[in-house]
Amino acid sequence: MPADINYWPLIGIAIVVVGFALKRNPVLVVVVAGLASGIAAGISPADLLALLGRAFVENRMLLLFVLTLPVIGVLEHHGLRERARSWIIALRNLTLARFLITYLALRQLLSMLGLTHVAGHAQTVRPLVAPMSEAAAERSLGALDDEQRMRVRATAAATDNVGLFFGEDVFIAFGAVLLIQGFYAGNGIVLEPMTIALWALPTAIAAFAIHAVRIHRLQKRLARGRSTARSDDAAH
Amino acid sequence: MLRIELLYWIVAAFFLAAAFYNVRERRLSMAAFWTVLAMPFLFGDAILRAHASGSAWPAQLMGIGVLALGVLAARNPLRADATSDAESSRRVIDAERFGHRLFLPALAIPAITALLYFGSRALSTQGIDLFEPKAATLSSLGIASLLALIAALFVTGARPRQSIAEGRRLLDALGWAILLPMVLATLGSVFAATGVGSAIAAITGTLIPVDSRLACVIAFALGMVLFTVVMGNAFAAFPVMMAGIGLPLLIVKHGADPASLGAIGMLTGYCGTLLTPMAANFNIVPAVLLELRDPYGVIRAQVGTALALLFVNVALIATVVFR
Repeated sequence: MPADINYWPLIGIAIVVVGFALKRNPVLVVVVAGLASGIAAGISPADLLALLGRAFVENRMLLLFVLTLPVIGVLEHHGLRERARSWIIALRNLTLARFLITYLALRQLLSMLGLTHVAGHAQTVRPLVAPMSEAAAERSLGALDDEQRMRVRATAAATDNVGLFFGEDVFIAFGAVLLIQGFYAGNGIVLEPMTIALWALPTAIAAFAIHAVRIHRLQKRLARGRSTARSDDAAH
Repeated sequence: MLRIELLYWIVAAFFLAAAFYNVRERRLSMAAFWTVLAMPFLFGDAILRAHASGSAWPAQLMGIGVLALGVLAARNPLRADATSDAESSRRVIDAERFGHRLFLPALAIPAITALLYFGSRALSTQGIDLFEPKAATLSSLGIASLLALIAALFVTGARPRQSIAEGRRLLDALGWAILLPMVLATLGSVFAATGVGSAIAAITGTLIPVDSRLACVIAFALGMVLFTVVMGNAFAAFPVMMAGIGLPLLIVKHGADPASLGAIGMLTGYCGTLLTPMAANFNIVPAVLLELRDPYGVIRAQVGTALALLFVNVALIATVVFR
């Protein structure tokens, strides 16, 4: 190992791993890890505080989505989720897999157009996609038990993530593409953003196929769970 | 041009309103939490301007605020947002009464966001900037949320104050989880400033047999995943792994194609994003929003997709990139 590198700041990573493993409050763990790394790197307390404060402010756009909460809150108060559920139950040919795979395709296509913020966990998953997924599963498979319900909800959130992650890189103005281009430019390799974005397509297609298959398998597993439960009833 | 700072001020006002409700209910440490969190949204631009002109104390004060938020987060454990039976039955009645009209404001958020985004891009080619160019999507989302709120009040006949109270209910249910993405991004900046990336690159560089192309590919892919898992963000992993392995070994030594290596390498990192609680806004916040009992439930639902896709990506790098 090169000796001129200070390895002590790595203590921040160790603190994060241990803190998460011990289930301490994640925010506190992360703040302590940042402090420890900074001190280990020999940054003065005054500079470290300024670094923390400035970085915190620079990342405040991550919380802009809270502006959707009053809308979602007031609509939920007046029965949005209940309505989403009863509407899906009335659609006769809709299964959980069809619904979630359609959402996956839609989310991926929108992200490819750069529309990453039109959907999301606060905007669409909590008020619409999760209750609709539960309703679709119940419509075709019958009532879900608590654990199955959690599983369906988690899969709805996972589907949103997969659609977002493996769509956005195909959009040329997206940060990741520009970051890749910028890194190469800094090292004397000049590339068009378009050539980078196109190479995200094979993985995007694979992501869609893999996740769609997994949604199908979840539906099969839920259906199997139902039929074994039913035969148990018959045995009693 | 609409400055995004205006939207940040509205966010700050919302946080202060949540603080006010908590003060009224004598939940003082929750109130303190939202009050401190309102500060970067109220004074963000002023702090950055002061820092640029050489005055460090506003940023230092904000740094103390970050430490305070860490302590306050630990003092305010998440509480389930329990719905009373009266509320549940009223919701069912309202769902019948308003019918499909309830979807209108909810779908207005994505629809108006898309419209504003493309509209602002079209206008900016004419030389008219509706939004700050760097913040076009987020500004669109912010404006769309405000317009959708007006639509929601119109459809349901609710009073504006009720929307604040309901929004605050969701905000309190999210609690400290809402802050995790911001402090993690801050940690990323600290790691960058303290040379954590170069230390990791130096260690991995000494561990792999550099003459084997496949060993280099696998080290690069696993490095992207592991570093993304630790940092919660493939953007932080990319420059480190590229500088450590991608550029010197895969491109220069073994002749990889830069464009495809860059794209697929980044997406390999994204497989790590699906696996880590450090990517809190994607993996932890939704678990809270959906009231999952297992805080890692979303990650568990993603493991299968992430590992299969990691395998596909390694295969792609080993074949397509060295065509």
